[in-house]
Amino acid sequence: MPRKQPRLGWQVPLAEETFLSDDFVSQLTAVGEVDILVGLPTLNNRDTVQRIVNAIIVGLVKYYPRERSVLINPDGGSKDGTSEAVQAASIPDFRAVLAANPLRTMHVVRAQYAGVRGHNEALRMLFAAADLLGAKACALFSPDLESVTPEWLDALVRPVLKDGHDLVAPVYQRRRFDGLLVKNMLHPLIRAAYGYQVEEPVGREVAFSGRLASYFLGDESRREDFPGLGAYAWMTTAAMAGGYRVCQAYLGPRLAESRRSALDLNTAIQEIGGALFRCMELHQSYWISRQGCEEVPTFGFQPVLDLDPVRIDRRRMYQMFRTGVDQLGSILEKILSSETLQAVAEISKAEERHFSFPDDLWAKTVFEFASSYHHSAINRDHLLQALTPLYRGRVSSFISENARAGAEEVERKLQLLAQEYERLKPYLVERWNRET
Amino acid sequence: MNELIVRNLRGALTAVYQIVAQALPRVLAMVIIVVVGWVVAWIIEVILRRLLLLARFNRLFESKGVTRALSVAALPSPSEMISRIVFWVVWVSFILVGVNALGVVALQREISDFISLLPQFVVALLIVFFGFLAANFFSRAALLAAVNANSPSPRLVSSFVRFLILLLAITMALERIGLGRGVVLVAFALSFGAIMMGLAIAFGLGGRHVARRILERRLGNREKKEEKDDEGSHL
Repeated sequence: MPRKQPRLGWQVPLAEETFLSDDFVSQLTAVGEVDILVGLPTLNNRDTVQRIVNAIIVGLVKYYPRERSVLINPDGGSKDGTSEAVQAASIPDFRAVLAANPLRTMHVVRAQYAGVRGHNEALRMLFAAADLLGAKACALFSPDLESVTPEWLDALVRPVLKDGHDLVAPVYQRRRFDGLLVKNMLHPLIRAAYGYQVEEPVGREVAFSGRLASYFLGDESRREDFPGLGAYAWMTTAAMAGGYRVCQAYLGPRLAESRRSALDLNTAIQEIGGALFRCMELHQSYWISRQGCEEVPTFGFQPVLDLDPVRIDRRRMYQMFRTGVDQLGSILEKILSSETLQAVAEISKAEERHFSFPDDLWAKTVFEFASSYHHSAINRDHLLQALTPLYRGRVSSFISENARAGAEEVERKLQLLAQEYERLKPYLVERWNRET
Repeated sequence: MNELIVRNLRGALTAVYQIVAQALPRVLAMVIIVVVGWVVAWIIEVILRRLLLLARFNRLFESKGVTRALSVAALPSPSEMISRIVFWVVWVSFILVGVNALGVVALQREISDFISLLPQFVVALLIVFFGFLAANFFSRAALLAAVNANSPSPRLVSSFVRFLILLLAITMALERIGLGRGVVLVAFALSFGAIMMGLAIAFGLGGRHVARRILERRLGNREKKEEKDDEGSHL
């Protein structure tokens, strides 16, 4: 049966074509139309990438042997032989597994992107490729994973391919006190503002439909230069604001090669907190009028395990919070309202064993930072840096209050925090719309 | 004899009369030019101030920290400052034209020197202004970075950055207008060198334990690793 040629050129704006190299376009032309596109952007990930490619190929062969698929590996100029590792992993394993499974089509396409620009350019290439190849489902994997299994691919792709969802966010099985920035700020803020209960709004393993890829490609806000992982916050919020069907899937524990890939706290807040605040500006016409909050469908199996908590030096967090509030008063007074600043200053005077950063105060603090970001109260990078000490205080308080709590109790407390964010949404809207 | 005295006096009086007759119109012209200049400058100032307020000119600078920087320096808002500067530029121009109308050669030379210095003076003012803005921006960045890095004295670091940038800007400005060019340069080099040497001595002798701690952290000892471990789990 002749292979259908991809829809090159005429369906893609000229500007999009210019950033795709001739070699990449000719590789895509050779591939033809596909059902599943898997994207694996890499940058010096030789140690882990082979295992991930294997898991992806086994997942494709095991769960989608009849679907035409392509693995695209945009590489940011790796110097450690990552590309060779991808090549080495793909061909022999692919043939070995293929012998037992009637896989229809499987391609591996490699491309180059400017590594310094981070994920943005790699994602643009993947969106364009998905659009050109007419992919029905696309899945993204981060290249530093150590815990990936073939089942992850199925968990991410199935809701798109079989159930017609547009965006599948991951749900990881986390240790207690792991991912506190997500749980204390990103998840509840998106939940309150955008009205979707997505647990991991910046998860790096996601799936999306072909039509959502086309939307991402054409959306003006894509042209924003979101640094690093900020692009993932944009993808999630853009799908929500665009009215696409969002769901989530249980993946299991996420273990990454953290020594190299973990962001330090300042960078994480700058990249992802900043991206989220910027997304709120881009989507303000959507979320300001949005009422209520809806649960999204969750697929897969959720194991109930109470894993050991991660180790965080609570005392150091507390000390850095106190120092921050003491030293940054002149900066915080431009960002926070006088009532909130006074309340924060008040709790910073408490002794460590009596210290508590209450939910409502924390929610107001985050809302006021978001609003001040919107109003450019001070330089935006400085504003995000000023959030870090306050977040440390919140973390210290949260760990202290839940030191003896089990996983369920911690989850219940996080639900209460999210509800507090929702309750205070009118306050966010009022601060956001306030004339300065 | 008497006739000679009277003739000389008459001559002197005639000369004075001629000088006054020649100078008076010029003085009057100068006074008129200065007064008219003041009125014109005042009208321009008022109109400009209104226009800038209507155009919400100050708001353009609020987010950039300029308004704050001006208020810290006890200076008026950007629109007020521009109005006043324009007033003075217009009025001083009229005054110079008026003084020139007197026709005094020595004064004309001084005015010519002053006018030739004016562009340099404006450039020097701009250097100080932008130096002040840069000092504010970078001192705040240093303060935030020091707080987030858990440095022992964030304010000291921030103040030091501000002081250095202002010192540099003022030195550049003074050098620009040629005021004690050599003295300023030598003073800057001496004070900068003295600060650096003082810091080196203080850090090397007085703060050797702190230095050791910082170096140990920098070289990746256990404490640093713990911090890294903590930070790795927030996302």
